[in-house]
Amino acid sequence: MNSFWIILFHTYLNKLKSKSFIITTIITVVIVLALTNINNIIDMFDKNGGKDKVAVLDESGQLYEPFKKQVNTINKDINLTLYQGSEKEAEKAVEKGDFKGVIQLRYNNEKLPEATFKAMGIADSALFTDLQTGLQQLKTMLAASQINLAPAQLQKLYEPVSFEKFALEKNAKTEEELNQARGLVYVLLFIIYFSVIMYATMIAMEVATEKSSRVMEILISSVSPIKQMFAKIIGIGLLSLTQLAAFLIVGYISLTNNLESVKEGFFGVYGFSDIPIGTIVYAVIFFILGYFLYATLAAFLGSLVSRIEDVQQMITPMTFLVVGGFMIAMFGLGKPDAAFITITSYIPFFTPMIMFLRVGMLTLPAWEAILGIAILLATIIALAIFGARVYRGGVLMYGKSNSFKDIKKALQLTKNE
Amino acid sequence: MVLKLEHVTKRFGKFTAVDDLSLEIPEKEMFGFLGANGAGKTTTFRMILGLLDSSGGQITWDGKPINYSTSHLVGYLPEERGLYPKLKVRDQIVYLARLRGMTKSKALIELKSWLERFKIPEYENKKVEELSKGNQQKIQFIAAVVHKPKLLILDEPFSGLDPINVEMLKEAVLALKEDGATIVFSSHQMHHVEEMCEHLCIMHKGSPVVHGGLKEIKRSFGKKNLVIHADFPLESLENYPGVVKAKTTMEGIQLQIEGEYIAEKILKEIVGKGFIRKFSLEEPSLNDIFIEKVGNSYE
Repeated sequence: MNSFWIILFHTYLNKLKSKSFIITTIITVVIVLALTNINNIIDMFDKNGGKDKVAVLDESGQLYEPFKKQVNTINKDINLTLYQGSEKEAEKAVEKGDFKGVIQLRYNNEKLPEATFKAMGIADSALFTDLQTGLQQLKTMLAASQINLAPAQLQKLYEPVSFEKFALEKNAKTEEELNQARGLVYVLLFIIYFSVIMYATMIAMEVATEKSSRVMEILISSVSPIKQMFAKIIGIGLLSLTQLAAFLIVGYISLTNNLESVKEGFFGVYGFSDIPIGTIVYAVIFFILGYFLYATLAAFLGSLVSRIEDVQQMITPMTFLVVGGFMIAMFGLGKPDAAFITITSYIPFFTPMIMFLRVGMLTLPAWEAILGIAILLATIIALAIFGARVYRGGVLMYGKSNSFKDIKKALQLTKNE
Repeated sequence: MVLKLEHVTKRFGKFTAVDDLSLEIPEKEMFGFLGANGAGKTTTFRMILGLLDSSGGQITWDGKPINYSTSHLVGYLPEERGLYPKLKVRDQIVYLARLRGMTKSKALIELKSWLERFKIPEYENKKVEELSKGNQQKIQFIAAVVHKPKLLILDEPFSGLDPINVEMLKEAVLALKEDGATIVFSSHQMHHVEEMCEHLCIMHKGSPVVHGGLKEIKRSFGKKNLVIHADFPLESLENYPGVVKAKTTMEGIQLQIEGEYIAEKILKEIVGKGFIRKFSLEEPSLNDIFIEKVGNSYE
């Protein structure tokens, strides 16, 4: 077998079998499972099947039924029960945990409803607000009938105002669509950000380990450093794809199993119910390109240090670039069409995240994405050529080397004067 | 399969590490490379291996340059020992051997026989970091020779080993030479080179100061060592004309003299003064030559 493949699979299999890899994969899979099953988990901890039970003490004897109707239209999950007993007993029941709270309904002087709500805590504002809104609506209805408004008049009063939105730009996404795209793009951006940092660091560590353990000198006498560098980058790249594939498959299966419950909740709003294929394809492309860009950078930075302790220091500027790109992308999530975002999306080190953000959130003409990809490819090739030269000299350099002057020194080593 | 270095020079910026070095190392020969620290030995090895490009001159082996297409024929033991600390001996050797073009099954057979030879077969499944330094060095040596190289470059192969292990390793190196490998090795230890090499080269500040066959070098050095053990004081000989250096020992005196004829004169001088237990004229040791050639230019 070609030495390139030997190194590639050696790197891949060794990392794959390593404890740290297996542990991080398992932990992340558990997190993915937890996230995709979040509705079930919330339900599990909620004894009443997710419903808030509220006792109703109806002093008027007439308000319970209409109130219940109103509240149910607002939130089906609030379960109102007419409580037969004294106020004291009802409070006791709340303390025992039978009810979330107790609401006392009565008429005031003007024959309009008013209420007192008692609960163990008043932090659950959602429940309180729903009950209040329900009662408010009931009051409006009663007040309207008190002043003898005709149903037609009443309807007019309630008619929603007409308010239409138009985007002048063709193909512009509506706010709703943008919201949907935002969730998916956010998650994918985070994956790109996280994986690029993690795997690029892994490569730098790998190179530095070989250097500091001095096995490097035997390696480079057997196989050319450039071949080694790329075999390593691709080996770790395969590893990252393996790990991501594991997460995606687990996530996908788990999501489709819970599709019904998930669709209604949080995930539906943020665009996970029907994932646009285009966005995923772009995510994969930009992930791979971003990985290659930073992996090449990390490999040659790693080749410059002699001790593993210096790796972090050496790759800090690289990490800043990734973090910077991510920050800009986070800003761009809210304002994807800002000029600032457009410009930064063409700066190679930011392109993987920001151009992806733009293709994910906006309706971009194809050439913009292609131009971004082309810029990235060109940068990767340039960096690979430059990096390979530094790497070749860097791996032979020992000593206290943790400054960027060493790049010059490393290049000088490979120079053929 | 002659290894030929012709006017090889290596400069790092303004610093010249190797200056106009020409050598010829015949096939199946053991060649010793001597030099103080920083003399350019490792740089020369790295150039022979193609890890560094020379700034001038040519290095050929069998008429062709050494590069990655010949790497399966070349074995290298670097001065700075290094293996993957977390890998098992077996995985390590197999990986490195495969990179040198060996198949896994053949590498395993070779590894087993080498471990037997070094009497450490139980280490096959141990991680390198669990081994003692001497044993790590044996593993390192196996890594350099497991693929049966035709050209073997050993940078300080015996440093840091106890005498028993040094002997074991020496035997192994000699056996490899018998099998037809050309071996170049460097050492600070003169007696290793004296014992094992037919030809040698002493490097100093990048240039060869002495180069040739061991016997010729000694002969052309001229100066001889004279050891005298006697019952009467010998201090007066220290200033005898023709004596270059003198060192008083427990039992007598050790002189470095300009030539054999001085010994004759000294013998006549001391005969009759008392009982002479030993009077021996010896070839200069490589150590003397090294100190003279390298030490002088230090000043």
